[in-house]
Amino acid sequence: MVLVLALGDLHIPHRAADLPAKFKSMLVPGKIQHIICTGNLCIKEIHDYLKGLCPDLHITRGEYDEDVRYPETKTLSIGQFKLGLCHGHQVVPWGDLDSLAMLQRQLDVDILVTGHSHQFKAYKHEGGVVINPGSATGAYSSITYDVNPSFVLMDIDALRVVVYVYELIDGEVKVDKIDFKKTATAQSAH
Amino acid sequence: MLVDAGVEDEEKCLAEGIAGLQQNAFYMHRALDSNNLRDALKFSAQMLSELRTSRLSPHKYYELYMRAFDELRKLEMFFREETKSRCSVIDLYELVQHAGNILPRLYLLCTVGSVYIRSKEAPAKDVLKDLVEMCRGIQHPVRGLFLRSYLSQVSRDKLPDIGSEYEGDADTVIDAVEFVLQNFIEMNKLWVRMQHQGPAREKEKREKERNELRDLVGKNLHVLSQIEGVDLDMYKETVLPRVLEQVVNCKDELAQYYLMDCIIQVFPDEYHLQTLETLLGACPQLQPTVDIKTVLSQLMDRLSNYAASSAEVLPEFLQVEAFAKLSNAIGKVIEAQVDMPVVGVITLYVSLLTFTLRVHPDRLDYVDQILGACVKKLSGKGKLEDSRATKQIVALLSAPLEKYNDIVTSLNLSNYPKVMDHLDTATNKVMAVVIIQSIMKNNTCISTADKVEALFELMKGLIKDIDGTLDDELDEEDFKEEQNSVARLIHMLYNDDPEEMLKIICTVRKHILLGGPKRLAFTVPPLVFSALKLVRRLQSQDGDVAGEEVPATPKKIFQILHQTIEALSSVPSPELSLRLYLQCAEAANDCDLEPVAYEFFTQAFILYEEEVADSKAQVTAIHLIIGTLQRMQVFGVENRDTLTHKATGYSAKLLKKPDQCRAVYACSHLFWVDDQDGIKDGERVLLCLKRALRIANAAQQMASATRGGSGPVSLFVEILNKYLYFFEKGNPQITSSVIQGLIELITTEMQNDNSPSDPSADAFFASTLRYIHFQKQKGGAMGEKYEPIKV
Repeated sequence: MVLVLALGDLHIPHRAADLPAKFKSMLVPGKIQHIICTGNLCIKEIHDYLKGLCPDLHITRGEYDEDVRYPETKTLSIGQFKLGLCHGHQVVPWGDLDSLAMLQRQLDVDILVTGHSHQFKAYKHEGGVVINPGSATGAYSSITYDVNPSFVLMDIDALRVVVYVYELIDGEVKVDKIDFKKTATAQSAH
Repeated sequence: MLVDAGVEDEEKCLAEGIAGLQQNAFYMHRALDSNNLRDALKFSAQMLSELRTSRLSPHKYYELYMRAFDELRKLEMFFREETKSRCSVIDLYELVQHAGNILPRLYLLCTVGSVYIRSKEAPAKDVLKDLVEMCRGIQHPVRGLFLRSYLSQVSRDKLPDIGSEYEGDADTVIDAVEFVLQNFIEMNKLWVRMQHQGPAREKEKREKERNELRDLVGKNLHVLSQIEGVDLDMYKETVLPRVLEQVVNCKDELAQYYLMDCIIQVFPDEYHLQTLETLLGACPQLQPTVDIKTVLSQLMDRLSNYAASSAEVLPEFLQVEAFAKLSNAIGKVIEAQVDMPVVGVITLYVSLLTFTLRVHPDRLDYVDQILGACVKKLSGKGKLEDSRATKQIVALLSAPLEKYNDIVTSLNLSNYPKVMDHLDTATNKVMAVVIIQSIMKNNTCISTADKVEALFELMKGLIKDIDGTLDDELDEEDFKEEQNSVARLIHMLYNDDPEEMLKIICTVRKHILLGGPKRLAFTVPPLVFSALKLVRRLQSQDGDVAGEEVPATPKKIFQILHQTIEALSSVPSPELSLRLYLQCAEAANDCDLEPVAYEFFTQAFILYEEEVADSKAQVTAIHLIIGTLQRMQVFGVENRDTLTHKATGYSAKLLKKPDQCRAVYACSHLFWVDDQDGIKDGERVLLCLKRALRIANAAQQMASATRGGSGPVSLFVEILNKYLYFFEKGNPQITSSVIQGLIELITTEMQNDNSPSDPSADAFFASTLRYIHFQKQKGGAMGEKYEPIKV
């Protein structure tokens, strides 16, 4: 069992002062094995904070990130799953599922994690999964109105991944659970 | 050598003294054992003669005294037995006075006196009075102090206190108090006089020795505090005035400081509270060199703790007007001690502030009054350079923040920023950061423009360069951190009312625009997003417009935003400004303001053309432009054409072919928007994709010699995916045969031996074919549509 924290679009300090205190108290070092961050942190302090939660940190570049060294896309393997990471502002139309599916095929990954729209989403798509963890600070977005702060925790176990979505609604943390199973054939179809 | 010799000499002296004492004690014991009173008196007197020495330092003398003290306890036991059987205590009292030397005689007299009181054959007060008078016979300071200390020791449990067995018709607690007071006064006189004994050059050493003896004197105050009968009235009427009289009159710095401190420590807090006026009244009368600020600080700390101990005592504080009295006393002391360093003054005010915050948390005017007094003292002094004074100022300014956990309260203190002005630039910034942290920690919302104004006044050290500080000295990292904390703070300035919020935005804007080019990149973005949030709120509550007079309209805010971003772009900071312009354009779109949205786009394009030079930055910028433009619904045909034309043009002019190709195929989405019926131009979509193909071809020719990374084959697969996208969307120009042709082209390309293998492109193509396969098998309309395509 591997726990992967997926989050992004914090937009600190441009659009938010900090992560919600409730999230901060939930996210403690030592529990998470990997962090994947879609980008727009935007500053070093937040990078350091995430690094403090878990040293295995993967970040792609958002259009507001001060650190220009983050890559545009990144892939990594966790257990039986291949994960792809991208902020998403490069994929026009923004947040469009069919276009993201193309990126998923391009990166050839089981799970694609992107951000930019600030809206939590998780789709099963052609045997794979497309996830948007939303904005961890509930930052203003030109795309999504009334953004609630949210992040995603993935529990990866063999061919199964359970996606937990944590959303802060009116000061209360709401948790949702979505289950995905990978069919062994999906990967070796060619 | 000389000192060593002196010490050695003293050691020798002490050893001799102890030897003599032990020898006589031995004979005294023998006499006691054989019940020989005469010999016992003789040898005990000889033993006590050893205490007549002047050659010992107080420290060594104490050692000798303690040995004698132990022996005297045994003698007292003997006397007690003796008076029960053979000899009356009155006779014994007479008898010991035959001792030849005065010092042994008085020790013996005190010892018998103790037995005498215990026997109750005479009123305790008479014996005590007699003893305390007789002790005047010893005027040598050290010997006198120890003798009186002995008297104090043996009489402690025999005072005619209330409830004591020695209280009687004739003996009252007043006698007990009188006795202790008198002994205290005499001892203090001896102690003070000690400094004049001996050569002037040894004064320092003597003061040190004198300091070691202070507790002998202070012990009397302790005894007084232990007397049951000393209630508040007696303390107020007798004890305190008499003690203070002695303290003031002795005119000795050491004694005054120690005794004031002692009074504060040994007597109960409620007594202090009820006698504040008397106690504080003595302060200005003390010697100017006395460290009165420490004394007062101690007093205020004690009272603060007392106030904190129970809510029930608080009314007492109000009743005696403690604050006014303390404040007044501090003012007088500061006035009287002209040479008191600034750090001392501030320390006093810190103590008073701590007191006030505990006792009168609701009286902000008191807090401001204290700060005001500080300002007065500091006026004309400019920035403080003394680091200890600076530290005290920081303590002074931090106290209200910690107490109220709410900066808004502190913003009401008119003198707060004035005190802060006296901090040096670096500390001033630190303090400003502390204020910001306090706001963050407590999640405080600053909700009026006035408060925001006051807050920025406090933080001006962070907001702008003060008196042209040298920028070179600034640490880049520190500067970033500071400015980021200011940026975060801007999100805490908020009001639900749009009018007030607009005022807040204007206030923030006014201040941050003074920050100079280095700060704008940090402070403008949060302000822009704060304003955009307001726009969105106004947009949703639009409904019926209340006329042209309403100040907070999206239009007006966009005007402010335009000017603000313009200031940022002239820093220059083109990439950030471009992003912000695009955000504004989208917000204007949502407000249905076409000319405004068009203007923002124009500004973004100007920046793109003139300022964004880096090729990688251009790629990101162009994707943001296309992505934003794709979402715009407000534009009429003409405006839209102009903008899409430009965007496509920029795309085709990117430096690298693959970037060109990707930007151009992304532009296809500008001509086909799912949820907008007006924008479904299949022809131009196809033109874009064909153009992308041409670029991919050109890229391939270029790359035939040099290539790396995800090469042109991948570009073809990407374009194929775009074809599939529009094919599914029902673009009539994209037919299955066109797709079929493209698939075959890629297959040929991949089998071409000249091109090196590209596993990622292979995988991409394979998963694309798998997708086509998947769609074919789906059945229904989609399956039918895919039917002609062969894979």
